[in-house]
Amino acid sequence: MLKKLVVVLAATAALAGCSKGTQTQQAQGPQISGAGATFPAPLYAKWAEAAKAATGLTLNYQPIGSGGGIKQIEANTVAFGASDKPLKPDELEKNGLMQFPTVMGGVVPVANLPGVSAGQLKITGPVLADIYLGKVKKWTDPEIAQINPGLKLPNLPITVVHRSDGSGTTFLFTSYLSAVSPAWGTVGASDSVSWPTGLGGKGNDGVAAMTKQTTGAIGYVEYAYAKQNAMTYTLLQNKDGNFISPTADNFAAAAAGADWTKAPGFYLLLLNQPGKNAWPITGATFILMHRQQTNAAQAKAVLSFFDWAYKNGDSQAQALDYVPLPGSVKTLIRQSWSGIVGPDGKPVYTPGS
Amino acid sequence: MTAAGLTVERAPRPRARGAVFDRAFEYACFAAATLLLSALGGLIFSLAIGGWPAFAKFGPAFFVRSTWNPVTEVYGASGAIVGTLVSSGLALLLALPLAMGVAIFLVELCPASLRRPIGTAVELLAGIPSIVYGMWGLFVFAPWFGRHIEVPAMTAAPPGSLWETLTTGVPNGTGILAASVILAIMILPFIAATLRELLLAIPPAVRESAYGLGSTRFEVIRKVSLPYVRIGAVGAIMLGLGRALGETMAVTFIIGNAHGFPTSIFASGATIASTIANEFAEATSDMHTAALIALGLVLFVITFAVLALARLMIAREAAR
Repeated sequence: MLKKLVVVLAATAALAGCSKGTQTQQAQGPQISGAGATFPAPLYAKWAEAAKAATGLTLNYQPIGSGGGIKQIEANTVAFGASDKPLKPDELEKNGLMQFPTVMGGVVPVANLPGVSAGQLKITGPVLADIYLGKVKKWTDPEIAQINPGLKLPNLPITVVHRSDGSGTTFLFTSYLSAVSPAWGTVGASDSVSWPTGLGGKGNDGVAAMTKQTTGAIGYVEYAYAKQNAMTYTLLQNKDGNFISPTADNFAAAAAGADWTKAPGFYLLLLNQPGKNAWPITGATFILMHRQQTNAAQAKAVLSFFDWAYKNGDSQAQALDYVPLPGSVKTLIRQSWSGIVGPDGKPVYTPGS
Repeated sequence: MTAAGLTVERAPRPRARGAVFDRAFEYACFAAATLLLSALGGLIFSLAIGGWPAFAKFGPAFFVRSTWNPVTEVYGASGAIVGTLVSSGLALLLALPLAMGVAIFLVELCPASLRRPIGTAVELLAGIPSIVYGMWGLFVFAPWFGRHIEVPAMTAAPPGSLWETLTTGVPNGTGILAASVILAIMILPFIAATLRELLLAIPPAVRESAYGLGSTRFEVIRKVSLPYVRIGAVGAIMLGLGRALGETMAVTFIIGNAHGFPTSIFASGATIASTIANEFAEATSDMHTAALIALGLVLFVITFAVLALARLMIAREAAR
């Protein structure tokens, strides 16, 4: 009886050994692992698939959230971390990290008002802040009526909808409100805040569902989500005073207007940027890496992957409704990679090589 | 296992072989039991360590304060604790009569041809993943609940009454009561299945003698069957309550997720589990993480207290 068991166990072990053997045989190119933000995860998966076909590199990306990504890279358990919220230069310095953006997205206010279709309602930053502070309670409030002459707004209470889970979307949105409204300072900006009013929905789909189900609701979602689900977005006033709609071109305009050379560690939130068509709530998602690499080959693989993605991945990004970075920014990022060095003190990867 | 096997090969006498096997079996069982216990101990210990910065910084105020502000890093658990207790308590109130009806019908009244389909349906409810309840709750149940329960309830409320205070909120179908209804559906199969097993375990002679004395069906159920299973029923209810307290995904979708004390049963609230699920992945600051882990420990303590209370009640009942 026991003898049999031992034989069975041995057979199982042998089988396990076999399958391990075949696994290692299958992987040809270098393997890299990353973890973090969920927002860019579909795109990284797409890039990984294409890069594997083109270069043989295998990327294992775990979308565990920006907070998790930052913790994992600080603990050095992954080759790179990903975060929707850029780390401040002093935080980078403290942990010996550097960061660079990969793609951009934006946040779009959406509303549910009978008789008002997408792109009809105009909102300014300070009004949006007053709505989310609970100061403006009705759609007929003079603050809203004043900027919407000719639009008949229903006499409904405003139901504020926000994200309940911590997210980069909330971080961008609250950072924008802090930037344009002094009154928002009491709430502050973070990936989850203490909301003065409103309902919390989990994820973009939770916010979208609550907004759709509540007449008179206003919410905010990621641009890609708003576009793919044809949500009733509002126009938002930008720094130049124009009311513009959330389109890929207008996000790109925000990035073009920004001066990345003056942003140490690429710490730049593209909020309220100058430019005729710049969408005011735009932001990039970031990759975090250690400056001092112990495994130069792995770091090289990571950088070559993103170099490949900058060169070949723009069309895939656009297909998934992300906004690619302008060419000038990509050049700056490639230059910054010389700061990532191996044990010998030399840069691990030189673009174009 | 292999070492034991080798010893067995060398031992020629069948009696010794049995003794060795017996001992090995005993050790294996002991190891299984202590592994679980030490895992539990380790869990409490690591929760306490992880949550310590929050306990140390906020002290007893952590349990009393209802502010939950990740920006200023001020955390208080009372809103989530109240939300957890209220939503679970309401869920139990809603689920218990239904579960009792289901169990009594299945055991005492049901025609044999219906027993199997209804029993299977109840068991199937228990097998549905909670995320499915959450999605269904948000996209299907909430709009219906808002239109057909919340709006009529709010319009029917006399101004200035307690009824009005209890039903203020946004009538879009999310909030404390909606979450409680979803929770009730989720815990119903557990309570119903346990109650059914208990009722089935009543010796037929007990029931038959009651009928023999001329009792009606209702009298048999009320005066014989239910008192007979009283002790076990407390266990079944606590099992359901324990599940409701820790339920995460379905509640997160539908409770509205507002920190602080819920002001009415239609208002948004938050539970301990939903707060952790919402914020843990993106909690970057150490104090935020510590506060969330501390919340986890609080939930652990609440669940433990519920179980202990159940034990106490059962022991008391048994002693009577």
